[in-house]
Amino acid sequence: MARISPLEVYKLLPGINCKKCGADTCMAFASQLIERKKKVEDCTVLFEEDKYKEKREKLIELLTPPIKEVVIGDGLKVGGEEVLYRHELTFFNPTALFIDISDDMSDEEIEERVRRINKFKIERVGQELKLDGIAIRCKTNDEVRFGEVVLKVVENSKMPIALCSFNPEIIEVGLGIAINRRPLIYAATRNNWKKFAELAKNYNCPLVVYEEDIEKMSDLVQDIEEYGVSDIILDFGTYPQGEPLARAIENMISARRAAIEDGFKPLGKPILGNATVAWLVESDPIKASHLESSLAASLMLNYADIIFMHTLETWAILPLLTLRQNIYTDPRVPIQVEPGLYAIGKPNESSPVLVTTNFALTYYTVASDVEAGKVDAYILVLDTEGLAVEPALAGAKFTASLVKEHLEKFKVDEKVNHKTIIIPGMAARLSGEIEDITGWRVLVGPIDSSRIPKFIEEKWKKNGKA
Amino acid sequence: MLNLDDIIRILSEVDEIELEGVSIEAQELIMELKQGLAYIPVAKHAKKEKVEKKKEKLKYERKIREYTGSIQEVQIGATRKEGGTRDYVIKIGGQTTLYPYEGGYKNRPVVSFDVFDIPQPQFPKVLREIWSEVWHDPVAWAEKALEYGADLITIHLVSTDPHIKDTSPREAAKTVEELLQQIKAPIIIGGSGNPEKDPKVFEKVAEVAEGELCLIASANFDLDYKKVAQVAIKYKHNVLSWTSLDINDQKSLNKLLFEEGLPRNRLVQDPTTAALGYGLEYTYSIIQRIKQNALKGDSELQNPISCGVTNAWGARESWMKTPEWGAREYRGPLWETVNALAVLFAGADIMMMLHPLAVKTVKMVITSIFEKVNPSREVKYEDWIKI
Repeated sequence: MARISPLEVYKLLPGINCKKCGADTCMAFASQLIERKKKVEDCTVLFEEDKYKEKREKLIELLTPPIKEVVIGDGLKVGGEEVLYRHELTFFNPTALFIDISDDMSDEEIEERVRRINKFKIERVGQELKLDGIAIRCKTNDEVRFGEVVLKVVENSKMPIALCSFNPEIIEVGLGIAINRRPLIYAATRNNWKKFAELAKNYNCPLVVYEEDIEKMSDLVQDIEEYGVSDIILDFGTYPQGEPLARAIENMISARRAAIEDGFKPLGKPILGNATVAWLVESDPIKASHLESSLAASLMLNYADIIFMHTLETWAILPLLTLRQNIYTDPRVPIQVEPGLYAIGKPNESSPVLVTTNFALTYYTVASDVEAGKVDAYILVLDTEGLAVEPALAGAKFTASLVKEHLEKFKVDEKVNHKTIIIPGMAARLSGEIEDITGWRVLVGPIDSSRIPKFIEEKWKKNGKA
Repeated sequence: MLNLDDIIRILSEVDEIELEGVSIEAQELIMELKQGLAYIPVAKHAKKEKVEKKKEKLKYERKIREYTGSIQEVQIGATRKEGGTRDYVIKIGGQTTLYPYEGGYKNRPVVSFDVFDIPQPQFPKVLREIWSEVWHDPVAWAEKALEYGADLITIHLVSTDPHIKDTSPREAAKTVEELLQQIKAPIIIGGSGNPEKDPKVFEKVAEVAEGELCLIASANFDLDYKKVAQVAIKYKHNVLSWTSLDINDQKSLNKLLFEEGLPRNRLVQDPTTAALGYGLEYTYSIIQRIKQNALKGDSELQNPISCGVTNAWGARESWMKTPEWGAREYRGPLWETVNALAVLFAGADIMMMLHPLAVKTVKMVITSIFEKVNPSREVKYEDWIKI
């Protein structure tokens, strides 16, 4: 279902299997190019020899994603997507979350907000979830104040920034101060676009174009491109509810489909969603944060590559960052957890030892079931190369000798005073072999981990202990 | 500068007119011209200049996408006229396009509140606070859920599990009977998840609810799904075909249920809703794939999709008191909301939920996207800069 097939790419490679790129064959290199694990430049032959000029150019054109990749600051990539649905390949650049700073906030408030945005970090499934940037908006319409605030932000944060005003003179003041940061400029409209295009061109910065009518957006983008601006981000306007919200999302989907399904380049740009509009209809900070996060989720699920937000409440941001982590998980590579012995609750030497795989979903399901059942236990996580129990068994990645290896490696016998392990119900057929080669007694657990607490209650407490 | 009246006056006085260096600034210009005055070189002239200066622009046009398949429309609940006793019915599915804006959605997605036949003291605190005063009485629980905006109700007969209360099928049937008498909304009937007991419970319950066109949840590979299908056929109910995150399993179970004789428009499928943060991406992609394959013509997948969004509460982030994650009383309902939005935008038709605030927000999004209601407050987008 991917846009390009390895064969198409292969035809544009030298086809000499020289291995200089690190891949064994040109065909393997072709697949890696599509998966973005390698770059065209890795094929040095293609660049050294003149006879490949035509192939090289065609290949670069072919590999340019239908949604342009735009860089904000010194390396925040947005867009660059290949597919409409993650199962067709994967999504590449996770939606960037920008938190706003208004120039009418006090200096102390700004410093505090910037500090919180900088240090925001939550660990989940072995990944660090963070925010991506700061959107500075000019509410005062006072260029002196805006300049002061931009300076304050730039001095206190290394994060990518967006300068937000519909007045080009104000933006220019901000650009003068933050020029080394390559900020995102917000926003050109059908009325002011020439001045904004001029700024984006002169300062070489990415530019947001705001236009609610998709046909006019397409025209406007082409005018601005012809003017010489190449990094453009589309803002169709976000509304907090009702028909205008439907229209905004419809535009986002239509733009993405036109670019990917029909190869319509003018709309093949990253899309900006703006959840801060929740604060236009809700003044209570809790209600507004709830609505804002819900809107942000809706935008993220409908192709927003950048989202502006106002709330800094962790409870409102965590669900969003988790959603992003889920949706942008590469479906080709299951997330794994580190093999090892994990303590759930407060296990002691007589607590049960449950064996499972290092496929993250399996592990976290088992762990949360054990935890929900208020069971104190150890979980021995086997390195099944990220496979769940059933495929690991089928592919001989979950074997008796692997169990033996892990029991020894993680010194399970030093943690508990018994020699019994509980294996997944689906792995029942391994029980005899495991007992034979490890010397540990095996209890076959339930097929579904939700029944582990009951199983511990009934089987372990009666028979498990040595 | 000339105004339109001047132009018309001049045009009426001369036979031919040639303008140079003129551009017309107007959205649309309609001129009624007398016969003999049809030749106006103005527009032509201006256009010519433009072509020389500018590259031809690509025009955006929304392409109409063709879909060869469509989703079955399933009705839950039957009115008196139809052999049941419901005041209203719920229709789901029936889509002929992938997105609502393409015009193929006759029904909007719906929300069902979960109701249990016994109290649920293990609920997270924010849910206990809402439901504990009614959880001793399924009817009171259902009534409160309807006040909170439920489109329909799911009664989970969890007490029938031999490990819980081992309530007999007969008693379970009484619970359902009473619910059907007291509330007028269509209902979904859930078992306890015990594979031996559920078919027996469904048999009795389906009998007392004969003709009501309930949705029996569920038929799955762990239990005697044929019996569940037979009971649903005999007493005129719908069946929820439930599998575990595997599109091929979903296809085979649907097929097997149809082979039992279940009418095509009496099946709703549930490919399992994993919680936000705990495999939601699998659910998200499977729902998208089911909908896309169905619209491409895969007849074994052309049924509406139900999602147990309540599973969101299985994620510890939704309920655990962890100060660095922020206040859990706000975090929990939002966790369920975001979980629901993910399945909603992927293509869910029924969302089973638990928290009233989550339901309120999700229904706001549903009425926005699928019914395009007028917003209760008009806002000007550019004002976000001044919040």
